[in-house]
Amino acid sequence: MIREPHINTALFLLLPVTAGVAWLLDEPFIITLTTKVAILALAGVGLNIALGLGGLVSLGHAAFFGIGGYAMGILASHAQSYVPLMEVPFLIEGTKSMPVIWLVAVIAGGLAALAIGALSLRTSGVYFIMITLAFGQMLYYFAISWPAYGGEDGLSIYVRNGFPGLNTLDPVQFFGLAFAALAFVLFLAGRLAAAPFGLALCAARQNAERVETVGLSPYRLRLLAFVISGAITALAGALFADLNRFVSPTMLSWQMSGEIMIFVILGGVGRLYGPVAGAALFILLEHILGGLSDFWHIYLGLLLLLVVLFARGGMIGSLVRRELAHD
Amino acid sequence: MSLLLLIEQVLNGLQFGVMLFLMAAGLTLIFGVMGLINLAHGSLYMVGAFAAAAVAGATGSFLLALMASLTAAAVAGALIELLVIRRLYDRDHLDQVLATFALILIFSEGTRWVFGSFPLFLDIPAALSGPVTLPGGIQYPAYRLLIIAVGLVIAFGLFQLIARTRIGIRIRAGESDREMIAALGVDISRLYTIVFALGAALAGLAGALVGAIQSVQVGMGEPVLILAFVVIVIGGIGSIKGAFVGALLVGLTDTLGGVLLPGVFGTFMEASAATAIGSSLASMSIYILMAGVLLFRPTGLYGTA
Repeated sequence: MIREPHINTALFLLLPVTAGVAWLLDEPFIITLTTKVAILALAGVGLNIALGLGGLVSLGHAAFFGIGGYAMGILASHAQSYVPLMEVPFLIEGTKSMPVIWLVAVIAGGLAALAIGALSLRTSGVYFIMITLAFGQMLYYFAISWPAYGGEDGLSIYVRNGFPGLNTLDPVQFFGLAFAALAFVLFLAGRLAAAPFGLALCAARQNAERVETVGLSPYRLRLLAFVISGAITALAGALFADLNRFVSPTMLSWQMSGEIMIFVILGGVGRLYGPVAGAALFILLEHILGGLSDFWHIYLGLLLLLVVLFARGGMIGSLVRRELAHD
Repeated sequence: MSLLLLIEQVLNGLQFGVMLFLMAAGLTLIFGVMGLINLAHGSLYMVGAFAAAAVAGATGSFLLALMASLTAAAVAGALIELLVIRRLYDRDHLDQVLATFALILIFSEGTRWVFGSFPLFLDIPAALSGPVTLPGGIQYPAYRLLIIAVGLVIAFGLFQLIARTRIGIRIRAGESDREMIAALGVDISRLYTIVFALGAALAGLAGALVGAIQSVQVGMGEPVLILAFVVIVIGGIGSIKGAFVGALLVGLTDTLGGVLLPGVFGTFMEASAATAIGSSLASMSIYILMAGVLLFRPTGLYGTA
């Protein structure tokens, strides 16, 4: 019998087991792919808090992903060139330390989500989708036209940033870091969904008037969810930039927003481990189909279309439902 | 800045605005009548441009190329409506976003497959390639003037179509009460297909007209699509009038912002920093405009809901 907790455990173990086997077989490329899955899943978990719990269809989450990426790029490039970020009114220097970069990314992502959310959440439905998309695009064009940090070409970092006590250049150790971040955020998101805040957020999605009647403000609940969601996605962005040692406006593009959403959908909306399943499937498809044909996006599009039209609930949803049908 | 240059830029802004209107009108009609958010509208714009480039390449006739863009986009629109979009009307917006995003992937990669990754070029017909002299001695490209004229004529035609014809009455009736007009014997699913094909044809025409100024390439539709969203948010969803006003506002803001802002910053900053800040801000100007409208009118200038 397949039950959702079992699937979740399997999914959770899938990544470290894959990375472990790849490490034993000395296949660093597979470890890097697995790291990519963990990081993209992290971005998906972030989006899922807004999308799954809050019902907020944000097509602009690449903005936060990119902000995280640029937090890493800007801090590390200043550390690399020994030019301080600013000297007046007080000295701020660049850094190559991951924990500091993560903190900055989370704060920057949260603040951006606060600003974008405060405006976008004044509306709902289709307006919300279009506005988040538009704000994402605004940051994209800003990053392209702002020459200080590489503009359209992006920023390269020569050496991956450091973490105290670890050698981040070793693929397995960097995977460990990314996976630890994913595990921590999954734990956090699970607790959040079960907490009074998460329940109120779900209630606001299902029936906003009732939530208002019992004295809670749907706007504030959604805004907080959007901020948490943006902050997590920014953390994923910082890790993703560190994985590639490169950040460019592509991380801010609307296609990125669409892809993060695909991770969530392929796995199953609103399910805690949905993004993990979705990101793993996406990278797998990218790898297998991408090897077969240069035009693998056609097949991705067809698959997505089929999932949306016929397999609602995504991968986890279909697995669980099929089992339920057997009972 | 000289007055002549300013007038030229205003005309450029108008030209950009009427093109955005052709995109936004279809989107807003489709949303107003069917309640559907269609991300694949940009793909129809691209289909129009590619059809025009292919036909112009084969026959050398620009008029035939424009006809081809209208037909190809309308047919593609009707086809995806019948195959996919139709199943999405009673789904939530998330499903609509995802399915139409999937359509973008299929259209873009399919076009890349057929036409290759290199941009195609669509030549402006010789008769329109030169400048014309406007009153006051302003030299302005004839083709861009034609675009403005075509856009205005189509806008006028569309208003007439919606306000005065039987199909327009049905479209408006469909917007206000779907069940009622179905009960009155109007074939609602055919009406939906017609509206979708009409919106698609407008997008395809816009793609062909703009394709002659810029290059025709895969992915050309999405930036325009997102600008059309900004237009609709500003104008109000479902309102053709809102789309028209919003499109002109966005077109003028974008064009004039890019020209004026660096100069404005140049009055109190050194030149290179002024250019950098000015052009960065100019790239954000329409979104700032959108945020401003949202603060005061969350449903857009002409929105009702």
